[in-house]
Amino acid sequence: MTTASSADHPTRRDFLFVATGAAAAVGAAATVWPLVAQMNPDAATIAAGAPIQVDLAPIAEGQDIKVFWRGKPIYISHRTKKQIQEAQSVALSSLPDPQPDSARVKAGHDQWLVVIGICTHLGCIPIAHEGNYDGFFCPCHGSQYDSSGRIRQGPAPANLAVPPYAFLSDTKIQIG
Amino acid sequence: MSGPSDFQPSNPALKWIERRLPIFGLIHSSFVAYPTPRNLNYWWTFGAILSMMLGLQILTGVILAMHYTPHADLAFKSVELIVRDVNYGWLLRNMHACGASMFFFAVYIHMFRGLYYGSYKEPREVLWILGVIIYLLMMATGFMGYVLPWGQMSFWGATVITNLFSAVPYFGESIVTLLWGGYSVGNPTLNRFFSLHYLLPFVIAGVVVLHIWALHVAGQNNPAGVEPKTEKDTVPFTPYATIKDAFGVSCFLIFFAWFIFYMPNYLGDADNYIPANPGVTPAHIVPEWYYLPFYAILRSIPNKLAGVVAMFSAIIILCFLPWLDSARTRSSKYRPLAKQFFWIFVVVCILLGYLGSQPPEGIYVIAGRILTVCYFAYFLIVLPLLARIETPRPVPNSIADDVLAKSKGRAATAASVMLAMVVAGSLLVGGTQNAKAEEGGDNPPAQSWSFSGPFGKYDRGSLQRGLKVYKEVCSACHSLNYVAFRNLADPGGPGYSEAQAAAFASEYKIKDGPNDQGEMFERPGRTADYFPAPFPNEQAAAAANGGKAPPDLSLMAKARSYKRGFPQFVFDFFTQYQEQGPDYVDAILQGFEDKPPAGVTVPDGTYYNKYFPGHAIKMPKPLSDGQVTFDDGSPATVKQYAHDVTTFLMWAAEPHMEARKRIGMQVFFFLVVFAILMYFTKRKVWADAH
Repeated sequence: MTTASSADHPTRRDFLFVATGAAAAVGAAATVWPLVAQMNPDAATIAAGAPIQVDLAPIAEGQDIKVFWRGKPIYISHRTKKQIQEAQSVALSSLPDPQPDSARVKAGHDQWLVVIGICTHLGCIPIAHEGNYDGFFCPCHGSQYDSSGRIRQGPAPANLAVPPYAFLSDTKIQIG
Repeated sequence: MSGPSDFQPSNPALKWIERRLPIFGLIHSSFVAYPTPRNLNYWWTFGAILSMMLGLQILTGVILAMHYTPHADLAFKSVELIVRDVNYGWLLRNMHACGASMFFFAVYIHMFRGLYYGSYKEPREVLWILGVIIYLLMMATGFMGYVLPWGQMSFWGATVITNLFSAVPYFGESIVTLLWGGYSVGNPTLNRFFSLHYLLPFVIAGVVVLHIWALHVAGQNNPAGVEPKTEKDTVPFTPYATIKDAFGVSCFLIFFAWFIFYMPNYLGDADNYIPANPGVTPAHIVPEWYYLPFYAILRSIPNKLAGVVAMFSAIIILCFLPWLDSARTRSSKYRPLAKQFFWIFVVVCILLGYLGSQPPEGIYVIAGRILTVCYFAYFLIVLPLLARIETPRPVPNSIADDVLAKSKGRAATAASVMLAMVVAGSLLVGGTQNAKAEEGGDNPPAQSWSFSGPFGKYDRGSLQRGLKVYKEVCSACHSLNYVAFRNLADPGGPGYSEAQAAAFASEYKIKDGPNDQGEMFERPGRTADYFPAPFPNEQAAAAANGGKAPPDLSLMAKARSYKRGFPQFVFDFFTQYQEQGPDYVDAILQGFEDKPPAGVTVPDGTYYNKYFPGHAIKMPKPLSDGQVTFDDGSPATVKQYAHDVTTFLMWAAEPHMEARKRIGMQVFFFLVVFAILMYFTKRKVWADAH
């Protein structure tokens, strides 16, 4: 593109090329946007992820249920006195991901543990009431969680996540 | 692609790769240093335009396949969900659907250019034949793609086209059964068409590589039709051809965007917004516009097998063109007779296309036969004869001479020819509209709609009133399956807040379940729920309504149309008139008359409607004055009700219309500025070549 004739008006010519190139770049970027954005969840999926309500009344002490919210299994455990006791008495310094039990349950509802039942290692679903800590055991790679859903042993780096939820009454929660 | 290159990259890493895989040299010799005749006109940019279109179709197609469900029960719905729920889904679908038409539009120009300038002649026979193969593959791909939305035209198009093969003697029925994978067109057919529709574009891409390879071996033809002799006759592909092609592409994109953003349904058929129904054939089966000339040839022949043979021959004959036309002179520019016959042939093709869109009766059949004879005569009689009797004018000595000779007044001709082609093309494509004739129904009067035109927006008040009319009247019998309560709060909709939409939803009882006891139960509606249907299933709906289920209204405003007629449909292209559906719905709601006109009787259980095809409609007069009270003081008249509920139904059919037109305006502004920049850049670059 650089020949003798370009020496006459170098700046004007360069400006034109730069402007055209810039416009092409802007156009390309604007085109890529919808092509990528379409991969995000569609409106129906987002609408289906609205909060759900769960009735806790039928869950007896020592039992737990699994409900689904946004495609994720949520464990709701009605913990026994022993489990609560264990969860509260652990020395925080001994935990890989230190977090007091009070930060993982709602105040005044110590007996209810609500966690997302997805192992923080690689996404398998831990089995409740198994393992050495009265909590959860992940069969995939042997991570063990305690009765507060905190990681105690194994490759998982973090505690089981607590989903956003709130008590609507003593026997009803809303997840999400 | 044109042999070994002496190109060597300077970067050591690239050098390392180049020694092991000489890919940079290949690219350099094919797309940078490649000598291209300096006298190419803009008709030669259609090769680049077609490459871009193929890439774009593959890209949007792969994306659509991420959201599409190839199942007879779910396909139609999944396409609607793409358009309604997927981020920019409406844009991607319009790009792909209109893109198919644009692809064919460009390929027809590309083919006519080859025909006019003799690009099929020695030594480019293989190049030409590869092109015909690409064209055949495109037709197969386009047909199978049209089946995928699984609307009425999809289903019946699939039925008719696959039945072409039943004309084969002895094996016909077996072949058709094999194509269907069943006793009729059904789910297996849809599944295999999806699979093949995904495969064939990549086959096309493969043949395109061969096509370009052959092109780079023989070199490009040019308007003068003389081979380059010295270096003065050519310019390097980059930057000269690259920049010219890019300018051509940016102009083509403007044309393309007109359809994507303003006329997405102009080239389609309203019937395809009705889900496939194996029990009812649409009144007029019409293929997509790009098949119409061949469809006309098929119908011109009264014998089934002969018709099918004629139709396929019309395409296959192109393969023999290099030998049918044995004239030495390539370019029709220097062939006074061939030039005239070429334009006659173009007109014949366009007229055949028009006839293909018309009902096969009366004068259309006779005209179709005459034009079919003309079509074949061009190849079998005119071209071989001209080669023997025509005295061509002298061709220029070299391309350089040609460039010097015609540096004046060229732009004007090119522009006028381009305009003529656009008008002719829009005539052809608009021809489809004509076929949707309505027997025995008056044309609805054109109304003024707030949502028409490039700046059209839905009238919020009208949408809210229309929703009220739907809820209090229409919803007693008609479902609205594709509209969810959450949509009421969507931007570009009736303008309700999330809370208002939630409150509206909670007034409905929605069936849910099964619960822990395994029982179904009812609960208040949520915003994620869809408008509940008034009847549990189609049979119940039919039983309660005199034997015919009231149609779903979600797409009603796009699924109905009426004949616009020539030349109205040509003007529609420029005025962006897209409101046949709303005009029709509005007219039907107001078209009831208590007493049929004298001499007209309608069967029992039907009602006289001025605008309904055949006049006898099963729906009793749904609206009467004073039936619905509006809070905003709008008149409680049937006219007002009809207008509002139609506006509401248009929104229900196309909830993202406002986004489409808004983004369209931005894209247009950008493309026009970009094309202008490209034009001046191209001029600067080419200034060096002269």
